[in-house]
Amino acid sequence: MVTTTDYATQATLKPNVFRRMWTDGQLKMLLIFLPPALLVFTVFVILPMLQAGFFAPYKWSGYGPAPWVLNEDTGREFGRWVGSQNFERMWGHSAFQQAFENTLLVIAVSLLIQLPIALFLALLIYQNSRINTIFRLVFFLPYIMAEVATGLIFSFVLDGNYGLSKWFSDLMGYETAFFPLAEKPWAFYSILAVIVWKYFGFHMMIYIAGLQSISKELIEAARIDGASAIQRAFFIQIPLLWPAITISIFYSVLGGLQVFDLVMPMTAGGPSNSSHTLVSYLYNFGFVRLNVGFGSAVGVFLFAVGVVFALVYRNTVQRGQ
Amino acid sequence: MFEWKDAGRISVLLLVSSLILIPLAATVLGGFKTSGELRVSPFGIPDQWHMEFYGEIFADANFWRYLWNSLVISLLTVFLTVLMGAMAAYAFAQVRFFGSEFLFSYMLLGLMFPFAAAIMPLFLTVRDLGLLDTPWGVVLPQVAFGLAFSIMFFRTFFSQMPAELFEAARVDGCGYIKFFFLFTLPLSTPILATIATFVFVQSWNNYLLPLIMLNDRAGYTWTLGAMDYRGEYTAEWNRTLAFVSATLAPAVVFFLAAQKYIVAGLTGGAVKG
Repeated sequence: MVTTTDYATQATLKPNVFRRMWTDGQLKMLLIFLPPALLVFTVFVILPMLQAGFFAPYKWSGYGPAPWVLNEDTGREFGRWVGSQNFERMWGHSAFQQAFENTLLVIAVSLLIQLPIALFLALLIYQNSRINTIFRLVFFLPYIMAEVATGLIFSFVLDGNYGLSKWFSDLMGYETAFFPLAEKPWAFYSILAVIVWKYFGFHMMIYIAGLQSISKELIEAARIDGASAIQRAFFIQIPLLWPAITISIFYSVLGGLQVFDLVMPMTAGGPSNSSHTLVSYLYNFGFVRLNVGFGSAVGVFLFAVGVVFALVYRNTVQRGQ
Repeated sequence: MFEWKDAGRISVLLLVSSLILIPLAATVLGGFKTSGELRVSPFGIPDQWHMEFYGEIFADANFWRYLWNSLVISLLTVFLTVLMGAMAAYAFAQVRFFGSEFLFSYMLLGLMFPFAAAIMPLFLTVRDLGLLDTPWGVVLPQVAFGLAFSIMFFRTFFSQMPAELFEAARVDGCGYIKFFFLFTLPLSTPILATIATFVFVQSWNNYLLPLIMLNDRAGYTWTLGAMDYRGEYTAEWNRTLAFVSATLAPAVVFFLAAQKYIVAGLTGGAVKG
């Protein structure tokens, strides 16, 4: 039977073998299916990143097509070549140093506080039961809320005239209300706390999925051998969870580099530029002031940090996964 | 039946839950209080339920326009990210051509980008294309940044599909393009739904891109609207809280409906059942 069909198809197709290369539609499909994605990705991701590199050594307001193009009206180029000056200014700017430090702090808090909390909670509720499912949903809820909404809610909670911090000031009998979002170190600490509040559920879900894929027999065998819950966690579950942990570390670092939406409603970078992150710094000192060259320089720095991390991480920690 | 260990576990879980739910409850309830009452009891049940603050928001044409704009942008983003991502992933999965590995890695570059790094030239690109203050100015960059993620997921899924299916369809005279729309897409509903959900939530919540691309109030998304509203009523938290609650409600409903797909996306696996 099989051979007959094969002969049948071959017989009908053979005379047309050359025409088939055109008519079977493989080439046509490639030519229709690939270009849209490639085009959009190139125009809106790759080209802007390359342009950031080209714009960084200029002082330019964004007026005109490019800083090196000659402006017919003035007889000069639209932008002015300043070499490495943008980078030097950025590096020497105290607000930038603070923003970089803050971004590193976000990453540190994510890794050292948020991930252990997420792991601990995942161990508590990874088993499937109705009540655990409800807790999972509740813990995951902050993750799907918009950063802007979260930021607004917490600027209310931390408003010295209204929420938690008013309650705290009253309790301590302070004469004047305490406004954490307007006090220097506290403003950014508050943002850090909200970051943990918002994202721990995301990492917990990654861990829960990992824990559920560990064989039950293994855990049961350890239990029968007399291993306590803590021993099982440290000697079996956490080591076997390592691939999931490496993924969540990757997300923490790359996400930590990009914190912006939460900063704006909570502090907008204040007081006196003490609570900026790299991205909110870029927005304020590049975009708002229409300083394309400077903003691009900050962008190049951000890009370099992200890509160096990603490459090093992929080739060391995540090697072979 | 009772065990101390379980009691400890449950109290930890309840404590964490209350840290999450109390601010949310205070937000929803705060919209029913007057500003004066909010000062005295930020977290309590309102003495008197004031409907006017929510009422004003629901009666405000701007509020609905913000939501509508967000919805349009999100739906366009989802449609294009899914369609273009699936098409490209299908090409990569179905045909091994010269340079296909290279192009695939090129697209995956998008996964390790801190997206905000190129925001200034991106703004200029959108400006030069004449797309500022249009939904497309937000949609296209969002699609571009979502593509890497969606191509990666789709390709894995497509390459796990049985090749015999395609062979059989070919014998019956079904071409590559027809096969994609008639078989591949319908058979990929679970992964489609997962990617669509993720892209939708990200677009719905996005703030940075609309902030940069949309200047005209008429085109504002709800995140821009919420910040604006806050600026307008600085002294009246109850109004801002009502506004935030009104926008959170659809998000929470959507989340409960789509949670299966969100969880599947996080775990990188297919949806069961």
